[in-house]
Amino acid sequence: MTAILTNLFDGVAYGMLLFVLACGLAVTLGLMNFVNLAHGAFAMTGGYVCMVLVNRMGWPFFAALPLAFVSAAAIGIALERTLYRHLYTRSHLDQVLFTIGLTFMSVAAVDYIQGSSRVFINLPDALQGQFDLFGVGIGRYRLMIIVICGLLTVGLQMVLAKTRFGSRLRAAVDDPRAASGLGINVPQVFAFTFAFGCGLAGLGGALSAEILGLDPYFPLKFMIYFLIVVTVGGSSSITGPFLASLLLGIGDVAGKYYVPKMGPFVIYTMMIVILIWRPNGLFGRTAAR
Amino acid sequence: MSTSSDVGYHAQHKARWHYGEVAFWLVVLACGFLFPSRYLIMTDILRLALFTMSLDLILGYAGIVSLGHAAFFGVGAYAAGLLALHGIVGEPVLALIVAGLAAMVLGFATSFLVIRGVDLTRLMVTLGIALLLEALAERFSNITGGTDGLQGIEMQPIFGQIPFDMFGKTGFFYSLAVLFLLFLFARRVVHSPFGLSLRAIKNNPLRAAAIGIPVDRRLVAIYTLAAFYAGIAGALFTQTTAIASLDVFAFERSADLMLVLVIGGTGYLYGGLIGAVVFRMLQELFSTITPQYWQFWIGLVLVVIVLVGRERLHRWVLYLPNLIIRQVAGRKAVVAVPESDA
Repeated sequence: MTAILTNLFDGVAYGMLLFVLACGLAVTLGLMNFVNLAHGAFAMTGGYVCMVLVNRMGWPFFAALPLAFVSAAAIGIALERTLYRHLYTRSHLDQVLFTIGLTFMSVAAVDYIQGSSRVFINLPDALQGQFDLFGVGIGRYRLMIIVICGLLTVGLQMVLAKTRFGSRLRAAVDDPRAASGLGINVPQVFAFTFAFGCGLAGLGGALSAEILGLDPYFPLKFMIYFLIVVTVGGSSSITGPFLASLLLGIGDVAGKYYVPKMGPFVIYTMMIVILIWRPNGLFGRTAAR
Repeated sequence: MSTSSDVGYHAQHKARWHYGEVAFWLVVLACGFLFPSRYLIMTDILRLALFTMSLDLILGYAGIVSLGHAAFFGVGAYAAGLLALHGIVGEPVLALIVAGLAAMVLGFATSFLVIRGVDLTRLMVTLGIALLLEALAERFSNITGGTDGLQGIEMQPIFGQIPFDMFGKTGFFYSLAVLFLLFLFARRVVHSPFGLSLRAIKNNPLRAAAIGIPVDRRLVAIYTLAAFYAGIAGALFTQTTAIASLDVFAFERSADLMLVLVIGGTGYLYGGLIGAVVFRMLQELFSTITPQYWQFWIGLVLVVIVLVGRERLHRWVLYLPNLIIRQVAGRKAVVAVPESDA
């Protein structure tokens, strides 16, 4: 029984992490209808920035996390303004090719700068080890992830639902033409959202170094996971991707624990079945465009 | 001239063999005799060309974007390897066909999943199928040899007459023959009314359905055919290199394949062949400059191609040949890439 609960806990932490990593992609892919396979590269950037700051320059871990966010967001907005912008109206094939190219470049570049082996971030002592809560082993680091990611999720939902920017974004997504007719600067809203999503990915990358492992092949290895979250979750709200990431996290951890030999088989089968059953995602609705 | 006969005239005109095409194949054949020390890489190019042609059939002609075409390549590779290893079908040509059919069955079964949904769903499903097969191959390592791959494959002579030699001469001409035969068939298919209906579907599925083309059935058919081609390419890989390992299913293989096709141009059969040559040359060049980081430059090529625009790029490349042709024959541009957008 406690093993089940521990697995559940780990699965939730894993799922939350996936959500933070992938929710930027939910915006670009689901809302802006842009296939960004290079999303993992932004996550990797954040992870490596955090690693360099903490390990080489001796920054405290919690001070390095915001910087991981900022650096990934800065790179995101620079690329959006210079390159991505031109591809919004192009075919999906062009977008796929372009972002695969970017992914390859990022993999080789990080390999060149930092070497190809897996890197670890030195964690403060307070985050290491685990404690027992009613007999259930709770990892401190995972608990922290759940807290941070939970707060982020609530915050995102609030921003989307309550603020002026949230309503602008929703309007821009529902009907870009009508939105710009109402005086909303749609490209600006998209650029800001894109950068924010990249920043979140960077933060997720920094947090995930401990759990998912961080090496130059990160963008390729986890690309499919991000895509699963978005396509299975649908894109009409952030609740869909959130539930999908939890499902994926719990399913993956449980799958690895109970049927280790089947490996990732369970996840891929689940994804294909769900996509066949509901092409717009479990919680999706028919896209506006 | 009425519109319908006009369309028919153009279709027939395009289906005719041009001198350029004959020259192209003669050059390819001549390469086999001119560079006897380069058989291995040339065989590699031929295999890649066949594999790319397979993707072109579904991407360039039917407009199905696939990120998991390596699935069929892998099935073909493992089928050929297992057939040879266990001596079930010893004769290479027969084994090649059997391996192709195995991939074809998989293609037929999965085509129903792929034709559902839009681009994004297709991307995910094709990618998922390839990853699924990779996971399966890893799981059943007692059959596939796991990460070590199938080892100790001994190829029997072709038709029981021509043995594979260690310089790869037999492998090259064998691959060339297979490629040429399959090319002839693909050429026939894409210029047939069936091929024309595929183009109609690619341009506008709704309109194609409205004029009476059974869209889903056509897509299933071409997807199955493409799977057969990819399976043959995979089987050729195993037969000429005598290994089959897990990386036949790898995502990089599918991604590289798209790059090859895009370099060559989608929507005409020579695109795959030219793309394969250029891609391998680029790869050789980059890996001599930076052995470990050639992927960076490949990525850069992709990004530049997309940013410049594929159509514009092909126009630039064809500028000089067209100029010469115009000077010599006094006609308007003869060489052109038909509808390279997908």
